[in-house]
Amino acid sequence: MAWEDTVYQYDGSYDGFLCCVYESYLNKEFPIAFYGDEECFSLYPVRSIITAPSHARRVRRSILCRSQAADRLLQRAFLTCMEDKELCLYRFIRKLYAEGAAFLKNQSDPVYYPLVKAVRHLNGELEKLRGFVRFSEYGGILGGEIEPKNRVLPLLRNHFCNRYANETFFLYDKAHRELLLYDKGRSRIFSVDQLHLALPGEEEVQYRRLWKCFYEHIAIQSRFNPRCQNTHMPKRYRGTMTEFLPDEFERDTTAPYTAADAVSPSVPGGRSAPEILPPPAPPAVGSVL
Amino acid sequence: MDLLDKLAILSDAAKYDAACTSSGARRGFRAGMIGNTSSSIAGCCHSFSADGRCVTLLKVLMSNACVYDCKYCVNRRSNDTRRASFTPRELAELTIGFYRRNYIEGLFLSSGVLRDPDYTTEQMIRALRLLREEYRFNGYIHAKAIPGTSSELIYQLGLLADRLSVNIELPSEDGLRLLAPEKHRADIFRPMLQIRERHAESKAELVKYRHAPRFAPAGQSTQMIVGATGDSDRHILHLTESLYERYRLKRVFFSAYVPVAEHALLPARDTKPPLLREHRLYQADWLLRFYGFRAGELLDEQQPNFDPLLDPKCNWALRHMECFPVEVMTADYEMLLRVPGIGVIGARRIVSARRVSRLSFADLKKMGIVLKRAQFFILCCGKSRDGLRFSASTLLPQLVQIERGELPPEQTRQISLFDAG
Repeated sequence: MAWEDTVYQYDGSYDGFLCCVYESYLNKEFPIAFYGDEECFSLYPVRSIITAPSHARRVRRSILCRSQAADRLLQRAFLTCMEDKELCLYRFIRKLYAEGAAFLKNQSDPVYYPLVKAVRHLNGELEKLRGFVRFSEYGGILGGEIEPKNRVLPLLRNHFCNRYANETFFLYDKAHRELLLYDKGRSRIFSVDQLHLALPGEEEVQYRRLWKCFYEHIAIQSRFNPRCQNTHMPKRYRGTMTEFLPDEFERDTTAPYTAADAVSPSVPGGRSAPEILPPPAPPAVGSVL
Repeated sequence: MDLLDKLAILSDAAKYDAACTSSGARRGFRAGMIGNTSSSIAGCCHSFSADGRCVTLLKVLMSNACVYDCKYCVNRRSNDTRRASFTPRELAELTIGFYRRNYIEGLFLSSGVLRDPDYTTEQMIRALRLLREEYRFNGYIHAKAIPGTSSELIYQLGLLADRLSVNIELPSEDGLRLLAPEKHRADIFRPMLQIRERHAESKAELVKYRHAPRFAPAGQSTQMIVGATGDSDRHILHLTESLYERYRLKRVFFSAYVPVAEHALLPARDTKPPLLREHRLYQADWLLRFYGFRAGELLDEQQPNFDPLLDPKCNWALRHMECFPVEVMTADYEMLLRVPGIGVIGARRIVSARRVSRLSFADLKKMGIVLKRAQFFILCCGKSRDGLRFSASTLLPQLVQIERGELPPEQTRQISLFDAG
């Protein structure tokens, strides 16, 4: 019996995706493409999926009773930047239903391998970002920015909430426009269109200077090895790391930067930062990076 | 002198210490304290300096004023260099400030010997106590135990730090006598032994009483300088092995000697640090710790030093061709680990995957096996890789050719000089 090819449109959440799986079995349709929030144009029939928590729970339970590892893997894989992510995940779930969990033992399995590869990439990025995130202090509140390829913020959440359990902090994912807020034991992630970081204060500038000084002096000149450095710390991470920001970044003089910002395409005029930020200061981060 | 200058001087003075790890201690956050130590099993690298080494801890000396005159050291008494000391409060504030900004995982505190080892250790204890008790720092601390310190002080230090280390400095007693006349081999091993015993006691007590004091929960490490004296790799590797076994060290670090002083007993000032040799020693160190190799298998009297052209595992495999090729579908885990190109994770993946399917070379590649090396030593379902051609006489040059591509260009140049000479 042939299943009909269909395009699915859903809300982009993991629960929404699980509902797609539910609907596909219910209607005997094979999704050949998934669309998130964006407009979709297709010659195939399009089905809009409405996220129903009870359906999502049911699919999740069905995965869990076959393999807990598969459930964990799917959740992580959903956060990756893999191409045709939903299709790969969908194929994986179908295989899991059809054959059971034995194929999870073999990482080279053609359906399993794409997920493994994507999750490996995600884990690598996660591991690096745990160390490479840089916070600045804004009047007692810590704030930082990252620009990852995968949506690592939900996975970094646990780490930083444990580490800075007694602080108040925020972490902004520039690439996916998500903001993690933490205060007094409670954390939340929500979407933010635009976030400008304020210029650092006196004490913050001093700490940045100290850190740069330490960073420069800890290297041994006669062992200079940029290739090794680049392998461990690819250049794409350096845009948000204190030790690689140019000195001018910390200058209090605001004039040259406001001008640059006005023309910089990377800083479209958007909403200002959430209310926890200190009094408005000219945008600085976007223009320099 | 302002803090910036002090930090410059004291991090400059500390940079030759190789250890910069934050692994081994798992401590979650505690109410009212700053930080934790449980980021991951392997520790957490916060940056990589221009020499490619990881920056995990704020690595500084308490003071670089030293009464000793070790010939190889930048901080020796006779060296004309700027001296500085942190006050405990400066150090604590710096650590907390860096830690909160996620620059570091914790503090690595060492010191030049002020007056005598006991006095120096007392100063370090004061600084660490301030950091732990007043500033409520709950992150990672690595402290140096200075040889010759009394056992009571070392115990105090171990209660404040996560990891302790005593530097062996030079691989042999002769080297020590020549280059560091104030240090004695017995003085170095005494605190090591004490740390091992206290650590074991503390672990045993923790089983019985949850709140028993924790003594150096992340164990101890050591480091030695490679290339300042004439010791062979074989000697160094055997020493390393016995350190792991006898003193239960977590890590032994090697540091390629960087000439910092002109001295008749030392290599000339313009010698390059023996980085490739250091690299080979680390490779062998991994083989000892994770691959089940013994030092005696890797090097022997006929070959006391590692081949700069070939890594130790390939080298071993070449001398034991009677064990190869191995069949990946049936070989046991220990044997898979000995195949060049297959690591611990790769071997585990193979063992798991071959239970559910027949493996091909393409499958192995997906599992992260380095086929360009492994292909010479394995069979998949009884067959060798398609198009693979080699004989006993061509295998060595083929492997050397692969290895050459892996090394940084400066080091291959070093090799070609070797070849010409």
